[in-house]
Amino acid sequence: MTETDSKILIFEILSDLAPEADPATLAGDADLREELDLDSMDFMNFVVALHERTGIDIPEADYGELRTRDGAVAYLARATQSAGERHG
Amino acid sequence: MAYQPIPKDIANLRWPPNLVDYATVRSQFDWAAAGRLLAGLPNGGGLNIAHEAVDRHASSPRASRVALRWLGKNGERRDITYCDLAGETNRFANALRGLGIGAGGRVFVLLGRVPELYIAVLGALKAKCVAAPLFSAFGPEPIATRLAIGDGEVLVTTEALYRRKVEGIRERLLALRHVILIDDGPPVAGTRRWRDVMIAASDHFTIPPTDPEDMALLHFTSGTTGRPKGAIHVHQAVVTHYVTGLYALDLHDDDIFWCTADPGWVTGTSYGIIAPLTHGVTNLVVEAEFDAPTWYGILANERVTVWYTAPTAIRMMMKLGAAAVRGYDLGALRFMASVGEPLNPEAVVWSEDAFGRPFHDNWWQTETGGIMIANYLALPVKPGSMGLPLPGIEAAIVERQPDGSVSVVDRPMVEGELALKAGWPSMMRGYLHEDERYRKCFAGPWYLTGDLAKRDGDGYFWFVGRADDVIKSSGHLIGPFEVESALLEHPAVAEAGVIGKPDPMAGEIVKAFVALNPGYAASQALRRDLLGHARKRLGAVVAPKEIAFRDNLPKTRSGKIMRRLLRARELGLPEGDLSTLESDER
Repeated sequence: MTETDSKILIFEILSDLAPEADPATLAGDADLREELDLDSMDFMNFVVALHERTGIDIPEADYGELRTRDGAVAYLARATQSAGERHG
Repeated sequence: MAYQPIPKDIANLRWPPNLVDYATVRSQFDWAAAGRLLAGLPNGGGLNIAHEAVDRHASSPRASRVALRWLGKNGERRDITYCDLAGETNRFANALRGLGIGAGGRVFVLLGRVPELYIAVLGALKAKCVAAPLFSAFGPEPIATRLAIGDGEVLVTTEALYRRKVEGIRERLLALRHVILIDDGPPVAGTRRWRDVMIAASDHFTIPPTDPEDMALLHFTSGTTGRPKGAIHVHQAVVTHYVTGLYALDLHDDDIFWCTADPGWVTGTSYGIIAPLTHGVTNLVVEAEFDAPTWYGILANERVTVWYTAPTAIRMMMKLGAAAVRGYDLGALRFMASVGEPLNPEAVVWSEDAFGRPFHDNWWQTETGGIMIANYLALPVKPGSMGLPLPGIEAAIVERQPDGSVSVVDRPMVEGELALKAGWPSMMRGYLHEDERYRKCFAGPWYLTGDLAKRDGDGYFWFVGRADDVIKSSGHLIGPFEVESALLEHPAVAEAGVIGKPDPMAGEIVKAFVALNPGYAASQALRRDLLGHARKRLGAVVAPKEIAFRDNLPKTRSGKIMRRLLRARELGLPEGDLSTLESDER
């Protein structure tokens, strides 16, 4: 996934979970849970939605890497790249 | 029964358990004798929680022991000894006096798990003020409601929380005299800085004589209808905190104790502050939110010996798998307990596999002030059961009679309401300004918990559900009325009914059913608008996770929305008695 695709996807999912916030104003390294007032259930739903929309399997051990927007973008880029390598 | 009791081998334990012979300890226990385990204020000055938690250790060989070991979310680390804590809490007590706050003044804290929270709560208790911790994830509405009900005079918070959640409601809070911001920065209108009020205050303070029945803590809880209730607890409650720390958590002198709950909820105050400190142990405070690998690292690195956490976290750890625990040296860990909602038997069995010891579920509520029913270190654990009543606690299953009295149900495994014989030290002394609602909690000698349960032939209690519509989500009680009221403030909403929908992680999640006003149509955009509206007012933990649109909600003749029916239909359960149904769901 390109960085732009990932960002758009992340914004869409976050806007569903916290519609009152504007994810576009979010700093790339800000803690999503804190900045957007996500509780643990919201954060889990964020990860589940990322999985559903991309097909990427996200083991619980990796949840920590998704705590910031930049972290999530990098994670998606890495995951799609390695999937591409496997399939290609 | 599908799950066998987990037997215990206590012969090889590092320290002998505080409670071994349950029947004997129970039969010989009395609260007056238990009260003598505490020091009391010097010269017969009564009983003050902060003296038991702080000062008596600060003037003992424990003075140099770490009372609070704080791990900040950005990797900071701060050790506060009992001696330091005595000085800091003295300072805050003097600071309150300097601000003109007298005995009985209500001091609210709205903070994450930072050292200032602990200093403010204990300092307020020293000054004989009433401490009321609020959960920092609450939105402005729950905060305003609770500050107003509790007549909050002082609020201790951060600048960020103040600007996001308090500034906009400040004008409604007529009793609120002082707002103290714990961080440094340029002046903010209508507030003071922690540093300024503390620097001017002496670190010497003598706790005035304190009647054990003086109000100490105000904890808010939710009912089915109406506003949240402020449960009043008195200084005498510390006797229960101490005794339950001894028997239910098995605290020993050298323990490093970690309660993961936030002090904004009663567990985080009774067991995140008071119980461990009254035992003089080192109390670990972790600011960061749940993350399984981080938690395992903390358990290992900090050599945590006794760990008290909650089912939602345990189920998330379970999802990650037992293998994830293996890489950590948890050799120090000797006892694990859980509270908040029933811990499912699978999780108890899993924990034995993953940690080599089971989680010990226990049960209590805001009104009881401390653990009432528990699984114990030395006794077999029955997976899925809340355990046996504490020494000094008489519990029963009762049935309410039409005349308002109750009758005790003696037959095993018969469902009824869980009741406790009134009179233990940490029993609430009232709901603030709500005498009628308080009186309704009692029938004869019994305090009625509102929880449905049953008791087996061995005396173990098993949770069945709530007798009312209160929602239990991730261990937090959420009143449907509070959520419905916020939704009804939205111009599109004509009716709202809110229920707890079972969820494998959270126990229940908040689900809202709404009927719209003319001129509004259900849409994804409106759903998001309603969700944002609710989250802005209520905060993430109270706002609904799901919103469903209906043309009409089921109502009684008097127009009361039948949540029970919404819930039965959501769950596919029998609809029960529909004789009061006047206008059905569409």
